[in-house]
Amino acid sequence: MTIKEIQQDIVDEFSMFDDWMQRYEYMIELGKSLPLIDDAYKTDDNLIKGCQSKVWVHAELSDEKLLFTADSDAIITKGIIAILIRAFSGHKPQEIINADTAFIDEIGLKEHLSPTRANGLVNMIKQLKMYAIAYQTQLN
Amino acid sequence: MFDINKIREDFPILKRKVNGYPLVYFDNAATSQTPKQVIDCIVDYYSNYNANIHRGVHSLSQEATDKYEQARNKIRGHFNAARSYEIIFTSGTTHGINLVANGFGSFLKEGDELIVSAMEHHSNIVPWQMLCERTGAILKVIPMDENGELIMSSYKELLNENTKLVFCNHISNALGTVNPIEEIIQLAHNVGAAVLIDGAQACPHLKPDVQKLDVDFYVASAHKMCGPTGVGVLYGKEEWLNKLPPYQGGGEMIAEVTFEKTTYADLPHKFEAGTPNICGGIAFGAAIDYLNSIGMEEIMAWEHELLEYATKALEEIEGLRIYGTSKHKTSVISFNIEGVHPYDIGTIVDKLGVAVRTGHHCAQPIMDYFKIPGTVRASFAFYNTKEEIDVLVAAVKKAHLMLA
Repeated sequence: MTIKEIQQDIVDEFSMFDDWMQRYEYMIELGKSLPLIDDAYKTDDNLIKGCQSKVWVHAELSDEKLLFTADSDAIITKGIIAILIRAFSGHKPQEIINADTAFIDEIGLKEHLSPTRANGLVNMIKQLKMYAIAYQTQLN
Repeated sequence: MFDINKIREDFPILKRKVNGYPLVYFDNAATSQTPKQVIDCIVDYYSNYNANIHRGVHSLSQEATDKYEQARNKIRGHFNAARSYEIIFTSGTTHGINLVANGFGSFLKEGDELIVSAMEHHSNIVPWQMLCERTGAILKVIPMDENGELIMSSYKELLNENTKLVFCNHISNALGTVNPIEEIIQLAHNVGAAVLIDGAQACPHLKPDVQKLDVDFYVASAHKMCGPTGVGVLYGKEEWLNKLPPYQGGGEMIAEVTFEKTTYADLPHKFEAGTPNICGGIAFGAAIDYLNSIGMEEIMAWEHELLEYATKALEEIEGLRIYGTSKHKTSVISFNIEGVHPYDIGTIVDKLGVAVRTGHHCAQPIMDYFKIPGTVRASFAFYNTKEEIDVLVAAVKKAHLMLA
């Protein structure tokens, strides 16, 4: 599946919910099912700046595809990063660089997109893309 | 008589909805809401007598100047300062602290000691750290206990003839603790040290009497006292303000300027360089009038009732812990629920229309003491109600259910 297709899947899943509470409950579930990052990678270097809660993201290249793992000490933040990882992990760096993030708006998380928002969704996306750019440079 | 329904009518914002729910505003310790009396004052200023002050010969300028100086005098009266020129308008508490910290540098030498409390806001830590770096003075800390109270016996041990300045908040923003500042000031004076009290969190709840306290510097912000943002006050004893060098250079603060030498204006203008926040200063005066029309004692009594009501209701939630359990505290409740991140609770209750603060509240040393990433902080003002607290408690319970 392409990133676009996965994003559409996520949008479809979220469209089943009538209100924010169900959406958040689902997001919390996604957060709980997030594959945990290896403790060795929970370092300050892997911490995303600008979040009120802590978010660690680790990236590694496998078979020319970028794999992300992450964790957060706050469960809603964990849900958000889980959604991002589902959309982006396992794809080629160039595909990640090119991917747009409009689906965040479509699943009703627009309020988290404000750059001044303390949970730093914008910073998370930026960080994932930064990893993609760094690994793409390696591949070139 | 204290009529909560009538008071709420004064605050237009309390009628609005947030995320589809009626707003429950419990972030008063960050900024208070503005009554229409203050909003009207702001509109009146820009509609009728907006002009630069202290300079113009024209009538409008004179009118604005008079109102600005009347506001200064109102503030003087409210704080019971002896002279209106001991009242310096600032842009807020942080500005006042920086003004004193910057000037105090000229009195310090290597090895001098400054004492700070363990429960300060970053704005009452960082300027002094910068000062210590510049002068070689040493920063010492009064520790606190599990209840969030300062350990006064340790404070006494820290004081000595090298102590030059003690700074401490009147009331902690993160815990609500009311510190024993009378004693702190007296003990400091016994060794010849000056004292700066950060009253940002105290002034929304009580009326400090700077003469009775015998405090050297007292700072506060208008926006926590139903006034506008971007304006505050520094009270300083005349002898200290005369000794302190000016903070910023510019217009207004000078007596005479030549390229060889500038002489500075008298107090308070020496510390008020440039065009000030004229409208803000005047509206600050209106806010003080408003608070006094309700009565600080009535405000304190109602807030205390809200605090007791909320404490009891929140404590019934399983796994909830309140940080800051001093007997002497104002209407601030900092709490966490076991196993739940404060940020998550804040996000869910916001979706239900309840505004609380989450995070470290610019007081990381307190969070480090309790070994927590932050807290949820609900802070109540005199225009809040018990019904709103019921909404908060229900919202927290709902968040707990969703997040657990």
